[in-house]
Amino acid sequence: MTSSLTVQNLSVRFHLPGATVHAVSDASFEVRQGECLALVGESGCGKSVMAHALMGLLPGNATVAGSAWLRTGGAPPLDLIAAPERVLARTVRGRRIGLVPQSPAAHLTPVRTARAQLAEALRELGNPAPADELAARAGLAPEQLDRYPHQLSGGMAQRVVNAIALAGDPWLIIADEPTSGLDRPLVDATMTELRRLADDGRAVLLITHDLRAAEQVADHIAVMYASRVVSHAPAAEFFAGPRHPYAAGLLEALPSRGFTPIPGRPPELTDLPAGCAFLPRCDRSTAACSHLPEAGTEPSRVACHHPLERPLEHPLEHHVAR
Amino acid sequence: MLRADGITVAYGRQRVLRGADLAVAPGVVTGLAGPSGCGKSTLSRVLALLLRPDAGRLTVDGTEVHRWRHRASRDLRTRVALIFQQPRLAVDPRLTLREIAAEPYQATGRPPGPADELAEDLGLTPELLVRRPHEVSDGQLQRACVARALALRPRYVICDEMTTMLDASTQAHLVARLEAYRRETGAGILAITHDEELLTRWTEPSGGPTVRMS
Ligand SMILES: Nc1ncnc2c1ncn2[C@@H]1O[C@H](COP(=O)(O)OP(=O)(O)O)[C@@H](O)[C@H]1O
Ligand code: SF4
Ligand SMILES: [Mg+2]
Repeated sequence: MTSSLTVQNLSVRFHLPGATVHAVSDASFEVRQGECLALVGESGCGKSVMAHALMGLLPGNATVAGSAWLRTGGAPPLDLIAAPERVLARTVRGRRIGLVPQSPAAHLTPVRTARAQLAEALRELGNPAPADELAARAGLAPEQLDRYPHQLSGGMAQRVVNAIALAGDPWLIIADEPTSGLDRPLVDATMTELRRLADDGRAVLLITHDLRAAEQVADHIAVMYASRVVSHAPAAEFFAGPRHPYAAGLLEALPSRGFTPIPGRPPELTDLPAGCAFLPRCDRSTAACSHLPEAGTEPSRVACHHPLERPLEHPLEHHVAR
Repeated sequence: MLRADGITVAYGRQRVLRGADLAVAPGVVTGLAGPSGCGKSTLSRVLALLLRPDAGRLTVDGTEVHRWRHRASRDLRTRVALIFQQPRLAVDPRLTLREIAAEPYQATGRPPGPADELAEDLGLTPELLVRRPHEVSDGQLQRACVARALALRPRYVICDEMTTMLDASTQAHLVARLEAYRRETGAGILAITHDEELLTRWTEPSGGPTVRMS
């Protein structure tokens, strides 16, 4: 049986004095063995909260609903949302799921070398492999491991946290904005590494605002807008012509395409409309859009009353063939 | 013209710039590209009078700069604005977005200018203007930083990887705002980015040159 993570109707709310933040609403998707799913969307739409919900890392003011079934190897299926913290800490975090955190530099302890931090992760997870071997797989030379975090470039720090995330040989890797602030060659190297992990029989959930990075590795693209997954499609289909108006707008904003911004701004997550949250910015809206659109069905799901039918007029110039 | 000649900067024993030259002409977008770590950000801090170089000459519209940071003359200092890659590291976390956008008026002892209109123009609502940095997204915070940079109508605007952290739509929006500012005021823009497609789209309309560092 192939391994998979199946997320169903996942919702996360944060309770603040006088307000409720709807950070994730009714999200459903699946990540399968050997595949990379990219979750894209603008900052603040709920991507990191989704990752933290799957890892059981939400703060105390959060409530979660829905399920996230992890089925890997011989282990019995586990619902990450219902599982007690003890189980998540002992068997999931670092072992079945590795998290590559947002802003790697902030996650390394400044006073200890990269080697000391990687060795500690290996020890804690009971992995007898030498630190050098794991580092080499992440693209680091042994002497680079002897550096302190402030002596690492952004790209090297990224590789160190990648290596730490892999220390427990996890099946699923969740990478949260692993390329923020890196230049293109480093983005390319990171994407190649994530692809290799998927090809090795693992699964990758890539969270990013960078559509071109997503295009390089992803098999499927899920687009999040104002806490909801509004579109979910095979990558090739998505880049040939996304059907959700928001997804189409994001793609048209790329410098390689129209370089035109989407007018307006996303709604506040404390005050979401009952209908489609994209309505005030959408040029296809009708009266029907004040009712929440259904998520649609596989393989290409679009939560929209009036999805685009045809691919965009601009042919794809730089699709990366694999 | 904002002109740097033979700029050399060392941090301790590590020399990051060795005799770098760069000219930013008014009215056009000059591109600056180069691999990470090659000294682009250091050079941009010199150009914005925030870092005194170890050697070299900086002139702003013909006036040579002799004093840096807070000791530079107010007139010279306000002629060059700098927008950073990471808005979170560039703001005081205790201020509201409105206060961030209006900081330059305060700092120069001027009556508060049209900070609200500028911020509105950049896509910030009154509701967002009363929030503090930890209550907004990177994109919203960067909009406030752009409002702050344009507040005193600088003659030169240096954008150091201004949109690297932002989604495609916010990127396109901020670049469009800066282009509108350039056309309206004839300001010179320095667009620093490692993204070649962005560089082309941003420099093309004004026909400005692109400088490559290595
Ligand atoms: N602890 C918290 N309390 C209240 N709101 C939060 C908390 N953490 C995140 N949020 C809010 O949840 C929303 C989604 O945030 P996030 O997942 O970090 O966005 P993304 O990763 O897509 O940029 C944002 O509006 C953010 O302000
Ligand atoms: S449901 Fe309506 S408003 Fe929402 S994206 Fe589709 S057409 Fe636009
Ligand atoms: Mg995030």
